[in-house]
Amino acid sequence: MGDLVTISSNLLYAAFIIYLVATFFFGATVGTKKQDGKSKAGTIGITLTIIGFLTQVGYFITRWIASQHAPVSNLFEFTTFFGMMMVFAFIIIYFIYRLNVIGLFTLPVALLIIAYASMFPREISPLVPSLKSHWLYIHVTTAAIGEAILAVSFAAGLIFLIRQIDQTKKSKHTFWLEFVIYAIFSTLGFVLITTAFGAMDYETKFEAPLDGQVVTMDYHLPAIAGPHDGESVSESTIGPLFETPEWMRGQEASSKFNTLLWSLLTGLVIYGIVRLILRKRVAAAIQPKLQKVSPDLIDEVSYRAVSIGFPVFTLGALIFAMIWAQEAWNRFWGWDPKEVWALITWLFYAYFLHLRLSRGWHGTKSAWLAVGGFAIIMFNLIAVNLVIAGLHSYA
Amino acid sequence: MNRIKCECGHVNPEGTVLCEACGKPVEGNQHIDGNEKDKLLNMRYEGSARRSKTYNRNLVDKTWNFFSSVKVGVWLIVITLIASSLGTIFPQEMYIPPGADPATHYEEQYGLAGQIYYQLGFHNLYSSLWYMLLIALIGVSLVICSIDRVVPLHRALKKQKPKRHHTFLKRQRLFSQTEGDVDIEKFISRLKKQRYRVTRQDDSILAEKGRFSRWGPYVNHIGLIIFLLGALLRFIPAMYVDDFVWVREGETVVIPSTHGEYYVKNKNFILETYNEKENERFQAALQQEAAPVPSNYQTNAVIYKRTDPRVVGAEPELEPINEAEIRVNEPAKFNGFALYQSSFQQNEFTKMSFKLHETGNEEKVLGEFTIDLTSPKTEYELDSGARVVIDQYYPEYYLDNGEPRSKSKYPKNPAFVFYVYPPGEEKPEISFAGIGMNIDATGENDYKLNLAGFDTRDVTGLTVKKDYTLPFLGIGGLIFMIGVIQGMYWNHRRIWLQKSKDKVWIAGHTNKNWYGIKRDIEKVIEGTGIEMPEDQQQLKG
Ligand code: HEM
Repeated sequence: MGDLVTISSNLLYAAFIIYLVATFFFGATVGTKKQDGKSKAGTIGITLTIIGFLTQVGYFITRWIASQHAPVSNLFEFTTFFGMMMVFAFIIIYFIYRLNVIGLFTLPVALLIIAYASMFPREISPLVPSLKSHWLYIHVTTAAIGEAILAVSFAAGLIFLIRQIDQTKKSKHTFWLEFVIYAIFSTLGFVLITTAFGAMDYETKFEAPLDGQVVTMDYHLPAIAGPHDGESVSESTIGPLFETPEWMRGQEASSKFNTLLWSLLTGLVIYGIVRLILRKRVAAAIQPKLQKVSPDLIDEVSYRAVSIGFPVFTLGALIFAMIWAQEAWNRFWGWDPKEVWALITWLFYAYFLHLRLSRGWHGTKSAWLAVGGFAIIMFNLIAVNLVIAGLHSYA
Repeated sequence: MNRIKCECGHVNPEGTVLCEACGKPVEGNQHIDGNEKDKLLNMRYEGSARRSKTYNRNLVDKTWNFFSSVKVGVWLIVITLIASSLGTIFPQEMYIPPGADPATHYEEQYGLAGQIYYQLGFHNLYSSLWYMLLIALIGVSLVICSIDRVVPLHRALKKQKPKRHHTFLKRQRLFSQTEGDVDIEKFISRLKKQRYRVTRQDDSILAEKGRFSRWGPYVNHIGLIIFLLGALLRFIPAMYVDDFVWVREGETVVIPSTHGEYYVKNKNFILETYNEKENERFQAALQQEAAPVPSNYQTNAVIYKRTDPRVVGAEPELEPINEAEIRVNEPAKFNGFALYQSSFQQNEFTKMSFKLHETGNEEKVLGEFTIDLTSPKTEYELDSGARVVIDQYYPEYYLDNGEPRSKSKYPKNPAFVFYVYPPGEEKPEISFAGIGMNIDATGENDYKLNLAGFDTRDVTGLTVKKDYTLPFLGIGGLIFMIGVIQGMYWNHRRIWLQKSKDKVWIAGHTNKNWYGIKRDIEKVIEGTGIEMPEDQQQLKG
């Protein structure tokens, strides 16, 4: 049994590497004359992507056998699955439109998501009774597929914006585009900093009052923000620079806040270095490479991904969720934060689709909406899971 | 009504923008769809006459026009979206700890922001009147908006002719003109191979596919409306039962809200937890947990139907109809009702046995007696002739400022004040006994009561549900899915071809997915001599 778990995690590792290599091949296609799938690098890229995907399917199946339940039951498993489905969604879109550049942008996002996932506990976890339901698997997987397809629309939207936004002068557009890139760098920052201190087994402890009792709080990163009224109980010399605001409560609130600060700071450092090397806005540096991409086609891909993803998302995140909630908690809808954010995501994409029907909402505006939709999905995945704990909170 | 007769002979209703039959722009109405500012025609509703764009005279018209505006609809969606997110800033009232007083809880937990949150009523946002009003407005908007468009759109699509006015063709997004000879027959057979429906009228051809996808939005809106109506039905009490019952092991109780018709017996309640040895695969995860992780909550139950005519006071005659293992995620169902495993209490006391002996000498026993806690007797005769009388019974004993009290009527921590009458005595000794305690108030008692044993049992908490609104919600959801897939996974493509003496015009339109129709056209014109239409609406760059 233990062996199967090892095989499983090795397969995941292999898939990660294969995606990374595929990304480089897609990178090699950019800027060349051929934008359709006929370039050699593109063919290798998509082949590798498919091999990587099958490898990850191997991870999924072996883990399923080992744990005896579908591996979508904790944050690590769900997020990894989401990354896998992003690759799947990309493969579908690739065979409709044959655009290598979509791979160049989708795969890194999927890679980041998988890397992000592996920062969470990776043990096979037991299922509490309310999670023991086929509807749970059906709901979670379908919702993840829907969100993954919508994420491709984000990748396409981002390409569109980098391609189209006027970089000769500073504007709201250039600012927010850099902000999106910075947010991606911060996710990378989170992965890097967590891995680095994880490798050192870094730990520092605080004692702080919580609901009238003094509890111990573990930090795995040096404390920038200590717990409110907290007292260090490790010999560690790096003290907190300041305290977490009082309203951030809960056993792990302050350490999560601290991790967020670290991620944002590391992201800032990465962004700063990249900016120093490029000596211009990151988007401005990428822009020339995308001149061969047809903005019309990219705009259509972004919209198409929403029109494919929206029904799947509705089915998975709302309808199947309601059926499961009805079976598990005898109420199909309970207004818990995770449910509300699924509803918000759905309303947002309904908004997107309706606007798309009017004139003047194609192109840049539509691309911004695709970016906004993805931001909501990520908010639901990360912030609602970690910050606004609800019934679904896997962590 | 001012009907508009087109030069092609077709009579159009007032407010028409493009002739339903031939597509010729109707003069004086072009502003309605914004066609005068644009080289291309707005094809969204085929230029059909919508009520909302035609009449604006009285209050009914104005209300109709307000709700049929997509702009209004989109605003309603955005406002609902933002409002919904506000409700997640702090927990809703139903998620704060049970027993907490919301009036103080929010302030204590979240400070001033929490207090404002509470005072604005955001702690119950989703059942607030204004939130429900928003949803209702979306519903109204959906209905009016759909009716406003679907009827004229249907008319226009039914009336369309292959022969089109030249401005209609020229002002399509895809258009080209070919001089010279072209192979029409090949063109038609290719179209058919691409599964287009081809109609021909003299030298004009219309090839069409996927028209049904145009009805997708209306179908999905109908689904939404049914869903919303289903949700509305919840406000009718008869549609909906939500009750709860505690059942002790071994007990049979009437199921509430079934008018005394159904009973449930709790044969056994089972709580299982994961154990590292049996579940080796979870070992690592289980070691991280401080408390045991539950794996199963289960009630082995029997559901009975009462068969005798109901008479007050008479013992019911029960016939078992369903022997069920009720687990979380596996409710027991009977006659439209469902019983859900929702809660439990472990180890409630059922029986307690006491032994009376001489103080300081446990060997000198005067007798033993057992109290049935579900129906305690007041007096117990022991073998030796001694008598024990229960003076006070505290099922769930606790000390409230030095006063003994009971938290509930459930025997979770039973304690008693006993009057002990030794054999032949008329004056009792007073003894206070419970779990792990035995207090002699005077300190002069000659006899002592000792707990000799007890029985416990579990209590299961079952939720009773009956919900006649579910079928509406299910059907609404199903229709929504059908509509949304119909509209999103298919699209309505049309290709027009018109031949005159020396030239051929070809035009194409799709409601979405232009890349797809361009590929279709590329395929069907191959080798026919027809020139590929130009996309007249390319983004710059
Ligand atoms: C949450 C509520 C709603 C949802 C989920 C929804 C969903 C949809 C979807 C999926 C489409 C198809 C879009 C496409 O084909 O690209 C659509 C179209 C449409 N919706 Fe809604 N809708 C909602 C509310 C409304 C409201 C309130 C209005 C009223 C103003 C409205 C008016 C329309 C119109 C006019 C169309 C276009 C029909 C067409 O051009 O063929 N919708 N809706």
